[in-house]
Amino acid sequence: MNTYKRRKIASKLMCAAAFLCAFLTLVPLISIFGYVFAKGIASINPDFFTNLPRPVGEPGGGMSNAIVGTLILIGLSCLWAIPLGIIGGIFLSEFGNNKLGTTVRFTADVLNGVPSIVIGIFAYTLFVLPMKSFSAISGAFALGMIMIPTIMRTTEEMLRMVPRTLREAALALGISQFRTTVSIVLRTALPGILTGILLAIARIAGETAPLLFTAFGNRFWHQSLTQPIAALPLQIFVYAISPFDDWRRQAWAGAFVLIVIIFLISFISRFVIGLHYKSPSSR
Amino acid sequence: MEERVRVSNLNAYFGNTRALKDINIAIKAKIVTAIIGPSGCGKSTFIRCINRLHEVVPNTKVSGEVLLDGEDIYSPDVDPIEIRRKIGMVFQKPNPFPVLSIYDNVAAGLKLNGVKKKDYLDEIVEGSLRRAALWDEVKDKINASGVSLSGGQQQRLCIARCLAVKPEVLLFDEPCASLDPISTSKIEELILELKKYYTIVIVTHNMQQAARVSDHTAFFLLGEMIEFGKTQEIFTAPKDKRTEDYITGRFG
Ligand SMILES: Nc1ncnc2c1ncn2[C@@H]1O[C@H](COP(=O)(O)OP(=O)(O)O)[C@@H](O)[C@H]1O
Ligand SMILES: [Mg+2]
Repeated sequence: MNTYKRRKIASKLMCAAAFLCAFLTLVPLISIFGYVFAKGIASINPDFFTNLPRPVGEPGGGMSNAIVGTLILIGLSCLWAIPLGIIGGIFLSEFGNNKLGTTVRFTADVLNGVPSIVIGIFAYTLFVLPMKSFSAISGAFALGMIMIPTIMRTTEEMLRMVPRTLREAALALGISQFRTTVSIVLRTALPGILTGILLAIARIAGETAPLLFTAFGNRFWHQSLTQPIAALPLQIFVYAISPFDDWRRQAWAGAFVLIVIIFLISFISRFVIGLHYKSPSSR
Repeated sequence: MEERVRVSNLNAYFGNTRALKDINIAIKAKIVTAIIGPSGCGKSTFIRCINRLHEVVPNTKVSGEVLLDGEDIYSPDVDPIEIRRKIGMVFQKPNPFPVLSIYDNVAAGLKLNGVKKKDYLDEIVEGSLRRAALWDEVKDKINASGVSLSGGQQQRLCIARCLAVKPEVLLFDEPCASLDPISTSKIEELILELKKYYTIVIVTHNMQQAARVSDHTAFFLLGEMIEFGKTQEIFTAPKDKRTEDYITGRFG
């Protein structure tokens, strides 16, 4: 039989196989979204966003404190992890072709692989023990530690992708190294860096283990950042393993809200940076 | 004719390789000096030594003197940033800043050095674009991205960007290498216009181009300057056998 026909059949088969594999990878994702949505939507109501958790047996109640708590924890973590990660990434890409750079890169990769619960213990020893209290700060420290390697390494990769000729063009205009790095190189790489930051946020938003002995959770509103604070993943964890139907329904709702929060953060930042890029002169 | 740049015993290194060997050349004001020679002979390296851009590549070194109006640009108390403002550079591939608008591309050298006055910036941007023969083509889309232009327009944008910082010397590193013939001739016309105001050094692969635009020509080979003189003499009566072989197309 002629080989052309054989090749054509093989090509069709491989195409079908590739399509099938692509489809299969989507199945878990779609079923998770669908399942969480279906289970969670029933318990979503205004009370869920405005009320504190109620004791067992009392109907109603919500997760308002956990939603706000999670946003605060994400915000606090970003506050220190984003600047540190970006500056670290700049160091690695612009000045990191030496022993120190290699060491930092290696350390970041190792840190990236450390189980998050270990990072939680570290934050516990460093913050909770001396302060004699669980706190939002210690939680944000642990979460930030998880973010930094991702942000640092993506920043480095993205900066390295900015062509040499662009840096040279800026330097040749008599623009200082600092200004060139910040206003030309960093700005050119910004969309990629933002993607790294969003990935890091998405990852920590759902982290539970490191919060168990840092943020700890709180059934009430926290009074200050040095006190235990509620967080969605913790609340979901406690409610999901409880024997009460009402709580378990609320756990699904919490999971749904958590996914929506991550989606919104990612959507809004992309929208903002999209605007920024369409009209480059309106800084 | 007044002398603007004098290079004496210039050597440039990449690591331990010597890319330029004892170059001596005097560049006169307000004329076009062309640098020709086969690929890899050190043409780019040479002009990158004139605006102190060679040193931004890691592990490089320069020795010798480059005098700009009698002052050594490599003396330890000279700030390379000042030198780069006086000596502009246009690269082989057009490289406008992709995240900046046409306006901001031209204004970048001033804005990023702290100039904020809007009127002043507007005036400089328009003046530079006019001088680069690009104003009429972009005046209605001054806020569009710089990379939305054609290759030839991008290269003229890069020229305008240089002019905005008010340099005295302009260095062109094969500015037409990636352009079509029509864009090339526009750039050549522009260079002839610009030489009324600036001292120009142009690296080119194209010998007809050197003949068309330059007054003086230097021929480089393997990191050495073989011959330097009036363009017409270099092309009609070269003194060195190697120059003759190159311009008659026997190698290169
Ligand atoms: N970044 C670099 N690292 C090491 N060697 C280089 C580098 N750039 C250029 N060279 C070498 O220096 C010599 C001169 O290069 P260049 O000035 O770019 O030549 P031309 O512009 O005449 O084609 C070449 O032999 C080239 O291999
Ligand atoms: Mg070259």
